[in-house]
Amino acid sequence: MEKSLNLVLHVWRQKNRDAKGQFVRYEAKNISEHASLLEMLDQVNEGLLEKGEEPIAFDHDCREGICGACGMIVNGHAHGPRKATTVCQLHMREFQDGEEIWIEPWRAAAFPVVRDLVVDRGSLDRIVQAGGFISTRTGSAPEANSLPVAKEKSDRAFDAAACIGCGACVAACPNAAAMLFTAAKVAHLNLLPQGEPERDTRVRNMVAQMDAEGFGHCTNHYECMEACPKHISVEFIAQLNREFMSATARARQELRPRRK
Amino acid sequence: MIKALSFSDTTIGKKVLMAVSGLVLFGFVIGHMLGNLQVFLGPKVYNDYGVALRDAPLLLWGVRILLLVSFLVHIAMAMQLSALSRAARPVGYKMRKDAITTFAARTMLYSGVLVLLFVLYHLAHFTFPGVAMGAYEHSHTGDVYSNFVNGFSIPWVVALYVAAQVALGLHIYHGAWSLLQTFGLNNPLRNATLHGGARTLALVVVVGNILLPLSVLLGLVQ
Ligand code: HEM
Ligand code: SF4
Ligand code: FES
Repeated sequence: MEKSLNLVLHVWRQKNRDAKGQFVRYEAKNISEHASLLEMLDQVNEGLLEKGEEPIAFDHDCREGICGACGMIVNGHAHGPRKATTVCQLHMREFQDGEEIWIEPWRAAAFPVVRDLVVDRGSLDRIVQAGGFISTRTGSAPEANSLPVAKEKSDRAFDAAACIGCGACVAACPNAAAMLFTAAKVAHLNLLPQGEPERDTRVRNMVAQMDAEGFGHCTNHYECMEACPKHISVEFIAQLNREFMSATARARQELRPRRK
Repeated sequence: MIKALSFSDTTIGKKVLMAVSGLVLFGFVIGHMLGNLQVFLGPKVYNDYGVALRDAPLLLWGVRILLLVSFLVHIAMAMQLSALSRAARPVGYKMRKDAITTFAARTMLYSGVLVLLFVLYHLAHFTFPGVAMGAYEHSHTGDVYSNFVNGFSIPWVVALYVAAQVALGLHIYHGAWSLLQTFGLNNPLRNATLHGGARTLALVVVVGNILLPLSVLLGLVQ
């Protein structure tokens, strides 16, 4: 038989960027164990709308763990307590009946709160933009074997490309560093022949942008990897450091980050 | 116009400078420990070692200058980076708990500061002429063995040294692995070995360095 849960929520409510926020207590009644955490919030929001109150704002899109839009700190864990799972895929059976659940937004200077649980992650987009284009030929698909890629490299590039840009790594990092995200985005192109021509400028510009956005630095706590819903490994951070050092050694051009 | 960045303006660049200077200091800590473990070989060997160092001023001062520069670089980078990261999260969490990080990793700045304070005390204790903190007659006649025995006959001095080695141990326990990651030497095929090796080395340094100040009270050195 399907179980249902009654829960007590403490949710961060904040009207806008400049407003002072606070935790507000809500009761979530009759929540199906099969509901996702976001569906649970939907249900709470319906109740709020009926009472004429503002619903809790949170980001979401695909609700199947692939877009990276959702994200919040649930009981102290980025994307909630279940490993390698986005919060849209986190089911309420992970919780006990009567449990208190604290929900907070990602916290980082580079992720200002827009409203309630919604933060502005434009800083991550600007890091990707700073990486620039790849000068590979577009148009009709090339013959598949014209550009051989070693299996081991394509596997690793795929592992890196699994990053959905959710920002949980930043949220979980004690230094609010974006190293895991940047490392994944650098690695997935720098491992492939298509990414080879711009390999050095890509890593230099992305690191410069990462710093300009006001993220912290890496002190190897590995909290990012633990929080990442896509299992991105800190091995990519080592690779980022390596790429950045060698690209700097070869560089013949000055490095200037873009404006925010 | 936005200012052009040099390597040392970036967080990764600063981290690399920290790792390089940390490696120099780590190397010194190992050399310093091995040098002083010769105390167990008796007064003759130990005093000869001291005299040999004193009679090689080029080496002695070369190393001292290298260490001073490393310390300054290491500390400057530590201060800059920790200020950056503090600013990177102006509003903290109510509930967030670290999941897998270690005590050593979280306290790097504190263990570093303790090591620095200890180094200053240690220099005053044994090196600077005429300071001799820890109340004993400081002889500069080349009898470092007696200095050693006198210095470590005082229990509070010994306790202070042992406590400082614990701080140093925590620092290099995290630092030894951290620097490999900073240099990008991490590789899944070798990680277990590298990780184990780095931490064993840190442990050896701590045990060796704790043995030294305790040796007099334990009656191993008289
Ligand atoms: C004998 C003295 C010292 C040794 C052998 C040493 C060694 C190291 C090493 C090997 C690292 C790792 C570098 C990296 O992560 O790439 C490190 C990091 C660090 N050190 Fe030191 N250090 C010493 C003194 C100090 C002092 C005096 C301070 C502070 C005032 C300090 C503060 C730090 C900090 C904050 C880190 C960064 C922590 C991290 O990345 O997790 N250290 N140290
Ligand atoms: S590395 Fe993981 S946690 Fe970070 S943005 Fe990508 S998917 Fe999210
Ligand atoms: S809503 Fe798309 S990953 Fe959660």
